[in-house]
Amino acid sequence: METASTLAYLVASVFFILALRGLSSPVSSRAGNLFGMAGMAIAVITTLALPIVVSLWVILPGILIGGGIGAVIAYRIKMTALPQLVAAFHSLVGLAAVCVATAAFLSPESYTIGVRHNILTGSLIEMSLGTAIGAITFSGSIIAFLKLQALMTGKPLIFPYQHPINLGLGIAIVVLVVLLCRTNADWVFAALAGVALLLGFLLILPIGGADMPVVISMLNSYSGWAACGIGFTLQNNLLIITGALVGSSGAILSYIMCKSMNRSIINVILGGFGGGGGAGPAAVKPGGDRPVRVGSAEDAAFILKNASRVVVVPGYGMAVAQAQHVLREMADLLKAQGVDVRYAIHPVAGRMPGHMNVLLAEANVPYDEVFELDEINREFAQTDVAFVIGANDVTNPAARTDPKSPIYGMPVLDVEKAKTVLFVKRSMASGYAGVENELFFRPNTMMLFGDAKKVCEEVVRALG
Amino acid sequence: MDSTDLAQSVAALQAELETVLKKTNALTAAIGQAGDKASDIAGAASSHGTFFLTGLTVFVLAVFVGYHVVWRVTPALHSPLMSVTNAISSVIIVGALIAAGPASFHLSQAMGFIAVVLASINIFGGFIVTRRMLAMYKKKTK
Repeated sequence: METASTLAYLVASVFFILALRGLSSPVSSRAGNLFGMAGMAIAVITTLALPIVVSLWVILPGILIGGGIGAVIAYRIKMTALPQLVAAFHSLVGLAAVCVATAAFLSPESYTIGVRHNILTGSLIEMSLGTAIGAITFSGSIIAFLKLQALMTGKPLIFPYQHPINLGLGIAIVVLVVLLCRTNADWVFAALAGVALLLGFLLILPIGGADMPVVISMLNSYSGWAACGIGFTLQNNLLIITGALVGSSGAILSYIMCKSMNRSIINVILGGFGGGGGAGPAAVKPGGDRPVRVGSAEDAAFILKNASRVVVVPGYGMAVAQAQHVLREMADLLKAQGVDVRYAIHPVAGRMPGHMNVLLAEANVPYDEVFELDEINREFAQTDVAFVIGANDVTNPAARTDPKSPIYGMPVLDVEKAKTVLFVKRSMASGYAGVENELFFRPNTMMLFGDAKKVCEEVVRALG
Repeated sequence: MDSTDLAQSVAALQAELETVLKKTNALTAAIGQAGDKASDIAGAASSHGTFFLTGLTVFVLAVFVGYHVVWRVTPALHSPLMSVTNAISSVIIVGALIAAGPASFHLSQAMGFIAVVLASINIFGGFIVTRRMLAMYKKKTK
């Protein structure tokens, strides 16, 4: 029996690896997702078949209730709301980890790690790690969810002595873990969970809404490490393997996001960013009376129609305006006139990694017309029109040329190398980094002021 | 690294995982034979010590596998990657089921039940939303 279940868990682990492997291309990704589901089914059924699991009359309704809620949410959610959904789901994993660790603390016999109030020290350490990381994931994800759902201000909330307080809480967690190993006391366990919850809140509160891509990836990673901690407590390889896969996946995504925003990973882990002067309005230099070229939708339509290569650069502003469908319509009209239309995506274009790709895919933009920064950046020199819609900082040449700029060093799309740059923007306001974009004042730039969706609709009308 | 190389290294890692798991099995079986309650705790202690090392081995190898597999994920699919990792991290339901499993009803079973519900939301929600996303990725029709 023991052998059978261990082998079944092994199969599930391999299926999970294959699920991630499938995501190397959109073609194999659907099969990959099926592997994931099959792996999960094997894991659950195997566990239900264990002799210790007898109360199916309690468990099955639980699965049905949870599964029903999950399915309804997943079918109803809009793709623009994806980031907050993922944040909410992360919080559930964190809370589940805390619950499982608590259950193991209360009935260690079920997991053969000792008896109540006399749990093996090693297991206590693993359990505490699972609880602490789980609690941080839970409360941190709730803050991330509230910020993304705009139920809470997206501005960084700075409080005095932020770093000393967080450091103090971190030390408190270590002290409590040591105390727990010595005393096995219930109150220490509860205090540990409480302090970790508080730390989770305080870690994410100071982070600005625009930095959420990093935060979500980071919490994704935390939820994996929490599962790992529980895996060690339960002496279950499946949990360890899966937790490690998820943890490293989140860590890699955080790394990619950090690099795309030119932030250090240490800065992110400490949760201190978005708090400096860079995000404040003080950093904005007034534009003065420098002249900008303002165009109408008809002008834009004329320029686009006469181009042979157009690269569209969408940003989060496009998603906010829900302009992706009419944008694709515009691209279709241009393609019908023989114009080569492609899309260039900056890694932090959306609110989570790859978000913009999903939004374009939803608007029926074929994925082989969508290119990443590294793939397309060299081609702007041979491009007639760069159509920037709802993006700003990711096109700012100051990131390459001005060492004093707060975004200096951030990889940007070289749109200024195109013959003409069309900027669809609501106003001259600067992006979230608070830096002025000198591209607006270049002679080959034309500003199209207005709501992204309305501007696209007007261009479509002028083209048709 | 090309795909055959990677496939081979994954296969090699899987083989290694398998042998490690077999060892664990042998150990747990050996411990299972130790009978009475008193030796149970001692047995658990010794199994815990050995499990930590095998667990650590498995952990390090899995991080390695994860690292290589995730770097191969195309950036266009990073959102589905997040939602699917979110779904599979709910494998924590295994622990929840064991906690909720015993017939008696104590606080720990209640904790287990809550965790089962939470993890189920995640499992169904995560896989379904991933499926919805992936269904939208289409190639150029020409």
